[in-house]
Amino acid sequence: MAIPNDVIINIEHVSKSFGDKKVLDDINLYIKKGEFLTLLGPSGCGKTTMLRIIAGFAQADCGIVSMDGADITGVPPYKRPLNTVFQRYALFPHLDVYDNIAFGLKLRGVPKDEIEKKVKKVLKMVSMSDYEDRDVESLSGGQQQRVAIARALVNQPKVLLLDEPLAALDLKMRKDMQIELKEMHRKLGITFIYVTHDQEEALTLSDTIVVMNGGKIQQIGTPTDIYNEPQNSFVADFIGESNILNGTMIKDREVSFIGHDFECVDEGFGENVPVDVVVRPEDIYIMNKTEGAQFTGVVKSCTFKGVHYEMFVDSDNGYELMIQDYNAFEIGSTVGLLIKPCDIQVMHKERVENRFEGEMTADDTVKFLGGEFKVEPVEGVSAGDKVEVSVAFSGVDLLDHTEEGNLSGEVHFILYKGDHYHLTVLTDDGDFVWVDTQDIWDKGDLVGINIESKDIKITKKND
Amino acid sequence: MIKRQHWSIPYFIFLVFFVVLPLVLVAVYAFQDGTGHFSLSNIVKFFSDGDALSTFAVSLEVAVENTAICILLGYPAAWILANKKLNRSAVTIVLFIIPMWINALMRTLATAELFNMLGIGLGKGTLLFGMVYDYLPFMIYPIYNILNKMDKSYAEAAEDLGATPSQVFWKVTVPLSMPGVVSGILMVFMPTVSTFAISEFLTNNKIKLFGTIIQENINSSMWNYGAALSLIMLVIIGITTLFNNEEETKEGGVI
Repeated sequence: MAIPNDVIINIEHVSKSFGDKKVLDDINLYIKKGEFLTLLGPSGCGKTTMLRIIAGFAQADCGIVSMDGADITGVPPYKRPLNTVFQRYALFPHLDVYDNIAFGLKLRGVPKDEIEKKVKKVLKMVSMSDYEDRDVESLSGGQQQRVAIARALVNQPKVLLLDEPLAALDLKMRKDMQIELKEMHRKLGITFIYVTHDQEEALTLSDTIVVMNGGKIQQIGTPTDIYNEPQNSFVADFIGESNILNGTMIKDREVSFIGHDFECVDEGFGENVPVDVVVRPEDIYIMNKTEGAQFTGVVKSCTFKGVHYEMFVDSDNGYELMIQDYNAFEIGSTVGLLIKPCDIQVMHKERVENRFEGEMTADDTVKFLGGEFKVEPVEGVSAGDKVEVSVAFSGVDLLDHTEEGNLSGEVHFILYKGDHYHLTVLTDDGDFVWVDTQDIWDKGDLVGINIESKDIKITKKND
Repeated sequence: MIKRQHWSIPYFIFLVFFVVLPLVLVAVYAFQDGTGHFSLSNIVKFFSDGDALSTFAVSLEVAVENTAICILLGYPAAWILANKKLNRSAVTIVLFIIPMWINALMRTLATAELFNMLGIGLGKGTLLFGMVYDYLPFMIYPIYNILNKMDKSYAEAAEDLGATPSQVFWKVTVPLSMPGVVSGILMVFMPTVSTFAISEFLTNNKIKLFGTIIQENINSSMWNYGAALSLIMLVIIGITTLFNNEEETKEGGVI
């Protein structure tokens, strides 16, 4: 990977585990001077750990963090030329606003009159000029936030790290602070590294968004790239509203999904290749007449959302689609629907079936994922053989009670695919099983996992 | 259904009989002469009694020394116990608490025996040793508690702003743990002013503390003077408590 020369922080092959849990898995990322970069992902995706490694509060198990070309992997936080705005602000309760802000300057032995000048200046910047002598605990959340930002900025760091700084504020104040942060970034011209789970915030603020999940970077790009061209179904689902559907790339510029063939702009996937298709709800054109439409549907629900209406429409082939339009359509009415080629985002499928490593424990029993499953005996495969096990997504049964299944696990991630749910289930041993189901589960549900013998396909591994 | 506030009745009765009434009796006895008439003679006697005053001064001195030693030993101990890197198990904390389960008198007697066995003469040194041994857990525990609960992002924020680990300790950890130190001081200082058993066993009554003279007066049926001395001690302890509380709510306490 060619690295541009205006890079300020470079992260190479960084991994980190807490106990058995891998929170960061071989992260490679460079951050350019002066950019507003956001680490975005759901809780537990590793974004905060990444920030803590950059700040120096956490040590990577392996990998290198460098700043301005110098390796800072082992440098303690107090020697790093960057400052952090903490999630809960972490203002010192035993000091007033002035002393909180002056804390870093005093440590560096800056002369008193200069400290006073700098503190006054930075307080003015965050519009807190008259609050110098106030006790930090007497300030509102928004004011504490401003003091926290001032305390970091007064040290003139090269990089400002912000760990979900707006998470504790109410919606209105959050929006105002977003604008102010953006303005501060523009004025100061320093690098901001921002951590959030709020995709809207990330889209509003960032020059570059790094979407993370499961300790891995899912996509790096500008807000428009990430929104318009998500690289996988996780990104598509996490950023904004979307219809994510199973499809087949018939040939270049032609994709089939929801039982229809559509013209698209994607090429190079090959012929008859299974793909994921993303269509944003605002990109489906809806009209009362059915002439000129690519397919039809029946409106199931219609909710006013302020600027637009959000409708769920059952397509003629039984897929549920989310559609946003400025006009309301009557529930129960038949509508014509149309999707433009450039609004269809085609993505490679990460996998088309479950694949596990297994071992035959008897001629009709295979052990994988830490459980034993009956299989129909296969010619040439006998006890003790190492085998490759494949199970279709729809071949995995989920049960209400964990003790009823051969395995147990927890629903980790849910994706609605228009006519079924695609679930990621994390087994108790930490393996992933992917499941297609019509049943409704919630994230975090504990489930039993069963696979019937007819759904397990085994092939002997060639050593 | 009985109203909730009725549940407090047993506690109220307990308070009246075992807290309020004895206090009132102490006050009444303190302001009476031997014949049961109102008199300030007991109070006057104390302030003109050189022996009593010097004992009082010694008591305060010993209490201050004991408290200071308890802070010097207890703070680092609490810090180590609360540090997850240095102390990974809860067992060590329990080990510090377990001595509190054994009767203080028995521990003191055992300590005295130990000194006898080792041939160490009883005196101020042994007195302080016994006091520190008895009261150290009361200093460690509140400090440990506050250090253990302290949001570690304060230390991280300080480090982030350029503080070395020792600067983090002196400029953030210590000031923020002051409320714990203050309650430790209260729990150590006050009982040491009034104790008499430790000085009796560990100095063979060579060093008399304020508690000792109260006990002597009561034992020799000088109820009124004993009550007056108790009252004086109560007032002094009350004043220090108020002083500490005020500090605690405002700034987090001072030493």
